[in-house]
Amino acid sequence: MIGLTHYVVVSAVLFTLGVLGIFLNRKNLIVMLMAIELILLAVNINFVAFSAYLGDLVGQVFAMFVLTVAAGEAAIGLAILVIYFRGRGTIAVDDVNRMKG
Amino acid sequence: MILAIVFLPLLAAIVGGFGQRTIGAAATKLLTTGALFVSAALSWPIFISFLGGAEAGEPVQVLRWIASGNMDVSWALRVDQLTAVMLVVITSVSALVHLYSWGYMSEDPDQPRFFAYLSLFTFAMLMLVTADNLVQMFFGWEGVGLASYLLIGFWYQKPSANAAAIKAFVVNRVGDLGFMLGIFGTFLVFGTVSIPAILAAAPAQAGSTIGFLWFRADTMTVLCLLLFIGAMGKSAQLGLHTWLPDAMEGPTPVSALIHAATMVTAGVFMVCRLSPMFEVSPVALDVVRFVGAATCLFAATCGLVQTDIKRVIAYSTCSQLGYMFFAAGVGAYGAAMFHLFTHAFFKALLFLGAGSVIHAMHHEQDMRYYGGLRRDIPVTFWGMMMGTLAITGVGIPAVLGNPVGFGFAGFHSKDAIIEAGWAAGQPGVWFVGVLVALLTSFYSWRLMFLTFWGTPRWAASEHIQHAMHDAHGHGDHSHDDPADEHGGASPSTHAPSQQDLPAGTGGYHPHESPWPILVPLGVLSLGAIAAGFVFHGWFIEPEAGERFWRGTIAFNEHLMHAMHEVPLGVKLSATIAMLAGLFAAWYAYLRNPAFPAQVSEQFHVLYRFLLHKWYFDELYHLLFVRSAFAVGRLFWHRGDEKTIDRFGPNGLAWVAQLGSRAAVRLQTGYLYTYAFVMLIGLTAAVTWAINR
Repeated sequence: MIGLTHYVVVSAVLFTLGVLGIFLNRKNLIVMLMAIELILLAVNINFVAFSAYLGDLVGQVFAMFVLTVAAGEAAIGLAILVIYFRGRGTIAVDDVNRMKG
Repeated sequence: MILAIVFLPLLAAIVGGFGQRTIGAAATKLLTTGALFVSAALSWPIFISFLGGAEAGEPVQVLRWIASGNMDVSWALRVDQLTAVMLVVITSVSALVHLYSWGYMSEDPDQPRFFAYLSLFTFAMLMLVTADNLVQMFFGWEGVGLASYLLIGFWYQKPSANAAAIKAFVVNRVGDLGFMLGIFGTFLVFGTVSIPAILAAAPAQAGSTIGFLWFRADTMTVLCLLLFIGAMGKSAQLGLHTWLPDAMEGPTPVSALIHAATMVTAGVFMVCRLSPMFEVSPVALDVVRFVGAATCLFAATCGLVQTDIKRVIAYSTCSQLGYMFFAAGVGAYGAAMFHLFTHAFFKALLFLGAGSVIHAMHHEQDMRYYGGLRRDIPVTFWGMMMGTLAITGVGIPAVLGNPVGFGFAGFHSKDAIIEAGWAAGQPGVWFVGVLVALLTSFYSWRLMFLTFWGTPRWAASEHIQHAMHDAHGHGDHSHDDPADEHGGASPSTHAPSQQDLPAGTGGYHPHESPWPILVPLGVLSLGAIAAGFVFHGWFIEPEAGERFWRGTIAFNEHLMHAMHEVPLGVKLSATIAMLAGLFAAWYAYLRNPAFPAQVSEQFHVLYRFLLHKWYFDELYHLLFVRSAFAVGRLFWHRGDEKTIDRFGPNGLAWVAQLGSRAAVRLQTGYLYTYAFVMLIGLTAAVTWAINR
């Protein structure tokens, strides 16, 4: 029987993967965006799992909101990426350090 | 009426000073001069009504000034006999100096500023003498100091004028500190700064003591000495006199105003005003007498060897102020005020006359380059002659059945002081007085003989050579210009080719000054001749004096009686000294012109000592200026740069720089770093929130 614990564990694993994807990833920015999606998904799984477990629909409604925001975020992130690529000719993470003081 | 007298000059100064662009130079001059003449015209009736025995009225309240606790100070104008004397002296001399400046300053581009300063100066002095309380007197006192600074430094392009102005201001400040402490002390002791109240309460304080610094001293002695230090600063007494000769850097009319009627007389006035206070403290009177006599002697000896015509007169002023103080010191306040009164006329005359000579000699001030000017500038010569006769005290003493004596202004006042010295039982002071009378006569006649007699020695003067050079360069037509000739704005010059001039003139021909210069000389000459004879009854005669002063000064009727009872030798002493000085000057400068050089050769140590003014300036330079610089440098380098700057602004900047360099290293610019920091921060915040 798959219980709440399983969902929470999956969600935690996904979240950790997402976070590590951001920190350890030295490849390119698309991977970083995907890592962010992963984090949001982990959160969504948590929401839905707890919603079903507690019998409270608010969690699922919230998950819908998060999906919407994630879609918007992905769209904007990709748009920025395209612009950035046009400007710099690369999206390698190690080259993106214009914010250095 | 007193309001008009005091505030018209202020009004003129403000309008003229700030509005000179609007109303123009001529209007400014007219306004200030007119205001002063009106003031003078209003002052004389007051004075004459007091001579007629009028009572002093209540002080005119103008404004409440300070009301704090039991301190209550108003702007109040007090007019009594003592003030009236000062009023006529100040306004008359100032009005004449204003008129004189029309001629003397006619070539100066900054005339409106000059006239505004003159009027401001006069206002401050009027404020001082009409003061009803010590704080208001201090206001006038400081106003005079400020105006003197502005006027001495009027030619601010000249570094020496700036230095002299600063010196006058700083030296006066030393005296002002004493005056301020005196005012504080007076308030402490009497609980009021109102002069009548203080004078009424002063005798009750006789014998009480007050803690001063680390010892206990007689209250009145401490207060009087502190106030006297203020008087010493303003009146250039020995120790604080160094500013006065340097003040000659100002234009000559300013010198006349400062040294004849205003500023330097403030100290004498203050001592006379507070005379009932000084009477309570014999020690203070001793000090006043001693300082006065010392200054008198010191300044006269310095005057003997100066070559600058204005400096001779400046030291003469210093010396005459010494006379006034030692008259006050022996208790003859009437004689002190009398000498102040007559001195104002003849000293203004001498200064303005000297200015006229300088004007005629194209700004040459060194008497060694004068000589034989008697025929070229006769009006100036006769004016200076009257002044010299007055200052040396020419007159017929009251002996051999002659009841009062008759003579020029200085004869009456100076002889009164010398006799008072003897009558007060101070033969030492009397002797100094007689000796200084001799020296006064000598240096005054030396000035006259060097300037107006002998052969012209102008050719060696750089100023004259300069003038001749200019005239030559511009051609002769300037000489034919009628405006130049009659306006007399600049002394015109003959071409060197003219052979009718005697040798030594360098081809220069001095011209008499224009009428604005000559009219004041004439008026002041009248004063120098008659002021002593006409007014001596009211000022120093026992009964008439008592009736006139009516307790505004501590008039010692007894002493005035004793003055008339002095031995014949004492009565004659001043006149004999005067004649001896005249003879010595005649011998040294007319009969045997090589004599002064021989004497200075013989006694060159003494000569150098006098020429360097007893080395006071050098001493002060060593003691105060150098040490002040050293202390300043210590605080600047060690204190400011190496301590405050190092640990203060520079230290903070260093810390900030270090911190920012560390912060820069944190900012890698990589996104994951920021994300990591964010996560750490979030974790920390959540942890804290949970475990709270």
